[in-house]
Amino acid sequence: MIRQFGLPEALAILSGVQATILLSLIAFVGGGVVGLAVALMRTSERTWLQRCAGFYIDFFQGTPLLMQLFLVFYGLPVLGYKVNPWIAVAIGFTLHASAFLGEIWRGSIQAVPRGQTEAAYALGLSYASRMRNVVLPQAMRISVAPTVGFMVQLIKGTSLAAIIGFVELSRAAQIIASATYKPLLAYGCAAIVYFVLCFPLSRLSMRLEKRFAVKT
Amino acid sequence: MTYQFDFSVLLPYWEQLLRGCWLTILLSAISISAGLTIGILTALAKRSRFTTARIAAGTYVEIIRNTPFLVQVFFIFFGLPALGISFQPWSAAILALSLNCGAFSAEVIRGGIDAIARGQYEAGTALGLKPLQIFRHIVLKPALRIIFPALSGQFVLTLLTTSIVSSISAEELTSIAQSIDTLTFRSFEIYIVATILYLTMSFGFATLFKLIDRVYFSYPVK
Repeated sequence: MIRQFGLPEALAILSGVQATILLSLIAFVGGGVVGLAVALMRTSERTWLQRCAGFYIDFFQGTPLLMQLFLVFYGLPVLGYKVNPWIAVAIGFTLHASAFLGEIWRGSIQAVPRGQTEAAYALGLSYASRMRNVVLPQAMRISVAPTVGFMVQLIKGTSLAAIIGFVELSRAAQIIASATYKPLLAYGCAAIVYFVLCFPLSRLSMRLEKRFAVKT
Repeated sequence: MTYQFDFSVLLPYWEQLLRGCWLTILLSAISISAGLTIGILTALAKRSRFTTARIAAGTYVEIIRNTPFLVQVFFIFFGLPALGISFQPWSAAILALSLNCGAFSAEVIRGGIDAIARGQYEAGTALGLKPLQIFRHIVLKPALRIIFPALSGQFVLTLLTTSIVSSISAEELTSIAQSIDTLTFRSFEIYIVATILYLTMSFGFATLFKLIDRVYFSYPVK
């Protein structure tokens, strides 16, 4: 018995959006915390810290997100951790996001004029105070536009969780597509939902970028 | 940790893995070439005098940029046959990757073309160059020179994106790794190897693009 594609099916796809949004938020928050550490390491004065962070970033930017997810998904059980899919994908996306956010924020930190750091130095501020009160607030302003842009990447990226069987928007569409034999409608619906999520963010990122470009 | 790593079980499959790398490189090269062409045409359409061309190009770019590649490839491979348009996995993969790469490069290329000063075109016209000549020598090449680093980053991303077409069973490195996984049950090892292979390929691509940049786009202009 083939199910018809009606309102309940469209709603079933729509309900997948909760997991997509939640996963994106977890990845963004987790990635933000780790990413800040990566950015600070990358801009540190200690060469070995710089190198470690550089390697970390190169690894995540030079391998497919799908492989990163596979490694976490199959790697955690091997290392002796039995985790549920939520935790596995959350870890995978957090690591992924941290490398990209780390690189974006490194750029922003380095875009803060050198004189600012030197002035803070001359005032005898400690590293923590220099970063927290002088450099990071300015870097944050520079980084807003690319960070919002990366959020779009991240939301789209969460679709790959579907490949390892995690039920979110794409997987929900896949399930409905095979139950109703209406793949065009099902994937069309999913595409529209993603578009509604991502398009405003893309626009926002573009507007912020323009606004910042005018100010400098 | 009690797990014993065993990479030796993968040895008999080295030829398949190498074939996977080759297919991934081939898939990327075809999609990048097609994507670059689509990108240039789309960037031109976005600056066209005709409103329809501008709207069509803008819609295409926004749709591709704001939906996940996975959904795009599913839509093309599973969805379009409902309209009587069906593809082999590899053709669907190439189509999806080219359209994706095209939309992202269009934005980058448009930025480059916008950076060419108006006076340059006028100088070209004053020298009696034909529109196509102006486009090729005065607009395209200098624009490509400006944006080449950004564009090559985009191309490396296309290489990494090819791994997703394994989900429509198009044959490339990831799908081959998956089939070796089902034969050996050594998931962690095979994906470590595949990851290292991808890392090597993306560094290879990045180096190649740097070389092209140095030879073809560096001053003095030959």
